[in-house]
Amino acid sequence: MIPSIPQSRYAKGLYGAYVALFFVYLAAPLVVVGVFAFNNSLFPSMPWEGATLNWFLGDKDPYIGIFHDEALLRSVGTSAFVACWVTVLSISVGTCNAFLFERGKFPGKNLLYMVAISPLVIPGVILGISILVFSNAVANGVENVFGWEWDFLRPGLFLVILGQFAFITTITTLIISARLRKFDITLEEAALNLGATRFDAIRTITIPFLKPALIGAAIVSFLMSFENFNTTLMLVGSDAPLTIAMFDRLKQGSTPVLNALSLLLMVVSGVLALLSVFAQRDRREKGAP
Amino acid sequence: MADQFDLECRDVVKNFGQFTAVDQVSLTIPQGSFFSILGPSGCGKTTLLRMLAGFLEPSGGDILIKGKSVLGVAPNRRPVNMVFQHLALFPMMNVADNVAYGLRRRGVDRATIKSRVSETLARVGLPDAGPKQINQLSGGQKQRIAIARCLVLEPAVLLLDEPLGALDLKLREHMKVELKQLQHEIGTTFVYITHDQSEALVMSDQVAVMNAGRFEQVGTPQELYYRPQTPFVAGFVGESNRWQGRIETIADGRATIRLQSGGVIYAAADQFGMSGQTVGQEVDVFVRPEAISLERQGQGTTNEPGLNHMQGRVENLLFNGAASSVQLKELATGHDMNVALPQTGAFADIRPGDILDLGWKADQTKCFPAVATKAASQTDEAIA
Amino acid sequence: MSTPNPTGSVAGNGLKLGVLLMATPLLLWLVLLVLLPHIDLLMVSLRERISYGKYEFSFVNYIEFFTEPLYWNTYVRTATMSILATALTLLIGFPVAYYIAKVMRGRAKNVLFLLCLIPFWVSELVRTFGWMILLRESGVVSHFLQWAGLVDGPVEMLYNDVTIMVGLVYTSMLFMVVPLVSVLDSLDDSLIEAGYDLGGNAFTVTRDIVIPHAMPGIASGCIVVFMLTLGNYLTPTLLGGKSSLWFTDQIYTQFITRFNWETGSAFGFLLLVLSSFIVWLGLKLSRQTLSDTVG
Repeated sequence: MIPSIPQSRYAKGLYGAYVALFFVYLAAPLVVVGVFAFNNSLFPSMPWEGATLNWFLGDKDPYIGIFHDEALLRSVGTSAFVACWVTVLSISVGTCNAFLFERGKFPGKNLLYMVAISPLVIPGVILGISILVFSNAVANGVENVFGWEWDFLRPGLFLVILGQFAFITTITTLIISARLRKFDITLEEAALNLGATRFDAIRTITIPFLKPALIGAAIVSFLMSFENFNTTLMLVGSDAPLTIAMFDRLKQGSTPVLNALSLLLMVVSGVLALLSVFAQRDRREKGAP
Repeated sequence: MADQFDLECRDVVKNFGQFTAVDQVSLTIPQGSFFSILGPSGCGKTTLLRMLAGFLEPSGGDILIKGKSVLGVAPNRRPVNMVFQHLALFPMMNVADNVAYGLRRRGVDRATIKSRVSETLARVGLPDAGPKQINQLSGGQKQRIAIARCLVLEPAVLLLDEPLGALDLKLREHMKVELKQLQHEIGTTFVYITHDQSEALVMSDQVAVMNAGRFEQVGTPQELYYRPQTPFVAGFVGESNRWQGRIETIADGRATIRLQSGGVIYAAADQFGMSGQTVGQEVDVFVRPEAISLERQGQGTTNEPGLNHMQGRVENLLFNGAASSVQLKELATGHDMNVALPQTGAFADIRPGDILDLGWKADQTKCFPAVATKAASQTDEAIA
Repeated sequence: MSTPNPTGSVAGNGLKLGVLLMATPLLLWLVLLVLLPHIDLLMVSLRERISYGKYEFSFVNYIEFFTEPLYWNTYVRTATMSILATALTLLIGFPVAYYIAKVMRGRAKNVLFLLCLIPFWVSELVRTFGWMILLRESGVVSHFLQWAGLVDGPVEMLYNDVTIMVGLVYTSMLFMVVPLVSVLDSLDDSLIEAGYDLGGNAFTVTRDIVIPHAMPGIASGCIVVFMLTLGNYLTPTLLGGKSSLWFTDQIYTQFITRFNWETGSAFGFLLLVLSSFIVWLGLKLSRQTLSDTVG
């Protein structure tokens, strides 16, 4: 059970093997996706036709590599654009919420908190259609009453950003609240006592304390937005973000250019992950609590 | 007149709803002194300190710093600084930035900040600590940085909220002496709150004993120890043996007190305005463990009049070096007593069950009119 | 020292205006993006299109759902498969979480935990794509089986329920293992040692000490996994193909293919009711509250 309790070697070995098998299960699809990015075949499937870099660099039809596949590249740009907006919005609102829920005292706080975490238990597809239906109703209303065409309320990137923001804000709120809860309020009092204004105290003491959580929440929200499919699917217009573009290609059956793209995404997020881990480790050694 | 005092409180009151945390406290602290507020937890001392720092607004009364009322002045504009209970050093900054924090907020220029910081670090004996991170410091060093962070702002008054509480015993003993020395050198007025009487007694020029929101007594440590004015002070400061009884007679400057448990104790009659009228008064009786002298049974006790005399059976020997004592059960009444052992080691061989003669002079007996039961039980808690 | 109102400080009073200011984005977010849209969804589901731009209040969309066996069956099937997937994820993930939290030590523990997080860093689409490459007729597993001589010809392993389950469990695993590891990490080793010391064995210690302690993590893991599975669209569609019969696919069809928003809204609302009900039931059974589980 735990190392201090003796166990038979057989049981230990069996347990270890199970865990190892689990990690094989975890890794298998990812490894396969990566390996087939180099398969010199028109389809991401067996048999293995020898290695090639065509799916990265190729520019002759049908061997169009990811660096020359403009539709996919544009969708990467669209996703990054959406993800940046969602990150900025959800971090700002999430920070406000964290202060409000951790520090504020007002009637109905518990009820409001329940509503604020409810997007976590609303399936993404439903969040998508409800925002679609509502924004459409608003757009129709505005058009009927004022005769204005509010196109941004029709399916498109604006709605995609709102839809993703609606549930990612819950996550940033939870992450930042958790860190703020650990904040020793006397640090702020000490700052006031040393002559800082309230604003200064928050700017020089509280925000630096929250920094690891802010960075972590930013990475998480960027990734969640970048990878989001369910909510986006319902709200997307003519500019397809990456997940939607890839989904369409997958359904049609695609060349291994998708593998190449996936591998690149994995490498980028892997680097991001390592960076965030190292950033935190460095901080720990410096000794922030 | 008022500006002789660095800090003055006039009838300060703080209510939290129905509860009165601080009840009409007045105090004056002369410039450059080390003033302690001593009391059990929950007595209102932290509330008082937070009002001084500006984190709480009093419900009534006035607070003056250097003769000027600071009511309504925000904490960041008061000329007082505070060393927090857990120090509240900023973990995201190094030592130098912590010390420089207040100067930065004042908009002092960089060069001045730099020189003032290194000057102050040198003053607290840590000239090279500037680039260190907070978690690289030892407990005692953190303490000094927390003080340096305040001193660099040259406050009129430095408030200290039990800053030694988190340290281990040995370091605490050491820091007591160091703090007193530091205060002596820099001459800033210190207001120190603590529930630890030894901290208050060792360091302070003046101590206020606080209980249930009120000051029981303000005085030098010696006054508090040897001339407590209230039963609470007698019970809270130092150890005491306690009895309850009634004044039976007063004669020859001596009161005879009949104890509830039987037996008699003599006390000097010059206490709390004793007179013929106070005969029959219920009193609480306190005797310090070190005031009682011990003799082995039947060895040379003179039955001198007015000398209290009892016999006790040894229950337990509490050996603690120079502070050793013995727990006894008084033979006549069964009352539990605690008596300090002489440091000579003369009684090192006593065993549980031995009978000892106990004696003390009448003027070592402190008595106070009996207080209402509720207050008395509070006192007991405080001692426990 | 205990003062009855430690935060009732002077500084607190200055926060009143701040509370109002800070509550604005929160309220905008919750009202405009969460509350009103779902109320509107309910309203739309309760109307019937008479002619262009003319609607009437009606239960026809819900009646359609209950009278058309395809919808009704898909609904029940999605719920059962989701519960099954949640249970499987818990059964498979718990020993792994326990291994990481209690058996591993130091550096290896951190590395293993990070490995568990890897799937999160890769989008669900890529993960599902990986399973497709593995399991399709011309896929890796099929080739391996032929090479090993276990089968004669290519085997199609996509487009069946087992494959959907494999994919769902895979996608959800992270959301089960992470809360479990953190809750098991907080279990003091000495409690387990005490359990053994007092005569327990692996089974009774797990039942009486480990699982009760891990309950908040189990509850939060199961709720998130169930919710994600129920609302999943990608995995059933890609791995199950036409035979997936997943309820989100019905919603998608109503909304995007048939442009029948009224029925789609009714379906969406029914799915929301189902997910809320099962989450509520799970919380009641495990005696947890929603704020405890996610906070």
